[in-house]
Amino acid sequence: MKKSFSIWLASLLALAPIASFASDMAERIKPCEACHGNQGRAGPDGYYPRLAGKPAGYLYNQMQNFSQGRRHYTMMRRMMEPLSPPYQREMADYFASLQVPYLPPTVKSTPPSSTQMARGKQLALQGDPALKIPACSTCHGDNLMGNTANVPSLLGMPSAYLGAQLSAWSLGDRATVAPDCMSEIAKHLTADDAAAVTSWLAAQEVPHKSSANKPKRLVTHVRCGSAPELHGAMQ
Amino acid sequence: MKTRCLTFKWLAAIVFSALLTLSAWVTWDNWGRFFLTTAAASLPTETLQNSQALARGEYLAHIGGCIACHTAKGGEPLAGGRRIETPFGAVFSSNLTSSKALGLGQWTASDFHNALHWGRSRDGRLLLPVFPYNHTSVFTAADVQAIFSWLQTVKPVEQAQPEHRIAWPLGTQPVLAVWRSMFFTPTPFKSNHNESEEWNRGAYLVQSAGHCAACHGQRNALGSFPAVDDLSGGFLSPQMWGAPSLIDTTQTTIATSKLNDTANLLRIGQSSSAHASGPMAEFVQHSGQHLTPADALAIATYLNTQVQSVKTKNATPTSLQASSSTSGQAIYKNHCASCHGEKGEGKTNAYPALAGNPAVVLAQPENLIQMALYGGYGPSTTERPRPYGMPPYLFTLTNQQIADVLNHIRSQWGNQAQAVNPIQVDRVRAAAY
Repeated sequence: MKKSFSIWLASLLALAPIASFASDMAERIKPCEACHGNQGRAGPDGYYPRLAGKPAGYLYNQMQNFSQGRRHYTMMRRMMEPLSPPYQREMADYFASLQVPYLPPTVKSTPPSSTQMARGKQLALQGDPALKIPACSTCHGDNLMGNTANVPSLLGMPSAYLGAQLSAWSLGDRATVAPDCMSEIAKHLTADDAAAVTSWLAAQEVPHKSSANKPKRLVTHVRCGSAPELHGAMQ
Repeated sequence: MKTRCLTFKWLAAIVFSALLTLSAWVTWDNWGRFFLTTAAASLPTETLQNSQALARGEYLAHIGGCIACHTAKGGEPLAGGRRIETPFGAVFSSNLTSSKALGLGQWTASDFHNALHWGRSRDGRLLLPVFPYNHTSVFTAADVQAIFSWLQTVKPVEQAQPEHRIAWPLGTQPVLAVWRSMFFTPTPFKSNHNESEEWNRGAYLVQSAGHCAACHGQRNALGSFPAVDDLSGGFLSPQMWGAPSLIDTTQTTIATSKLNDTANLLRIGQSSSAHASGPMAEFVQHSGQHLTPADALAIATYLNTQVQSVKTKNATPTSLQASSSTSGQAIYKNHCASCHGEKGEGKTNAYPALAGNPAVVLAQPENLIQMALYGGYGPSTTERPRPYGMPPYLFTLTNQQIADVLNHIRSQWGNQAQAVNPIQVDRVRAAAY
């Protein structure tokens, strides 16, 4: 029953722009779809990330990061700079509310080796304390689908995009409000480890229930300025 | 032999003394008046405390773009550090907060007046003309004092100005001194008593805070200051955006638009026929939207009287005229028509019309290419908080395809303009904006 309702809701959202153009968000976010795909479900070229269903707080933070020079990408900067924070917030809420199907996982032309996949799985689910790398699942959730405390999902993303983000974090080309936890973690990853974990993540099926989870409060040394709710101590 | 040698000596002496005289003149021209203190005696020296003056100062800092230029992206307001690309290299704005060590904390009102009127810093250094001091020299002494008084209330931020990245010797004091002697004289506002108070207020704002000529005026290859009332069109070469002429009827509709429409473009970013984009959208976002409706209308009143019937620069007989092609027509149908309309008529309050739009048929096609490549949104403003936007075609269309579709829209529905070629598209792709 609940499922049929959400399908009905999704189709209603999809039909809305045809019914009336005047003032709905579907019309206003048309520019985003050129790269992020229809309704923000992901780019057609296997690079541009999915926006649909991501936590609104995460999407909003990224829009602000692009406008304020913490994240660098000419196209996104030029798109976001003229827009006020409340309008960006409205766009973020809109994309967060979209429940649209995921694209199938990306298949690399040369599949990753089984050792690489094993290492990737280990990093994603257990981390490597010796290298000060926490498991991805510590913050991104047991099913790696993110949570409503501004933490994005890691599944359903192309490995090229994930790899580019890790590299940008380690080089300082992508940043967020301090303390920048992902920058710290990315700096501890070797190029091989980054390739392993992104290959493993990109090969995973997206779980059936794909919406973001409620955050768990964490007791770790990791502190994230962009996701303060994760840590009781920061409040 | 002997006479030849003598002639040479004489020649050398003449050249040497000419150079000496010139450099003495340049030195006097730039620094000389500061040895004489008589001129400064009449200047206001104190910081104003009354709320009316402070509000006026804040207003001018907003509409003059002081805050926009002196705030880094994501940085503290007025702490400086914003990177500005110029044809001569990158320049970083200075800290205008009340920080004693790194801002204006130790400045007096007359130091600040010297900076705005003479383009000279507190320590005597000549300022880089990225700071448009030809325009700030138009300000009345009372307005300068109001701006300074308000700046002194901005909480101090201890942030140093980054080093400029200008090719030596361009930013050095001797070079600046020569440049200033050639291109800079302060031009305090002269009101025109034959015109209304409103017209004069508009003229004052255009020439001072608005500094419209900084983009819409013409500069020479040495980056000269345009006259403060030169609105004959300019080009931002590192950014690859054109600032159309505001006096040529083939480039602007100001003469035929309602005054309120022109005022709306400045304050809201959109009029019934035009949408602000690129650097003009930045102006609207950071400065224009803070204009009072009355001041925006005054600017429109002044601009309206500046338009002249200029001989059209577009369509010289020798230049190749834009014409449509199967490819251009097909791209228009697939990518453009759903928003801009089958006949280029646009959609009211959302997407601008392309038919009869002077921005579409400018002789320089760079702005149009920028839009086709990057699309984008207009500025969010109080009266238009949620603008519609245009998708980018940077990744989906080739240079040839962009040229094809632009040639289509430049030759349809009565539009007529020079042809766009793929090399021009490529140059815009490479621009730093």
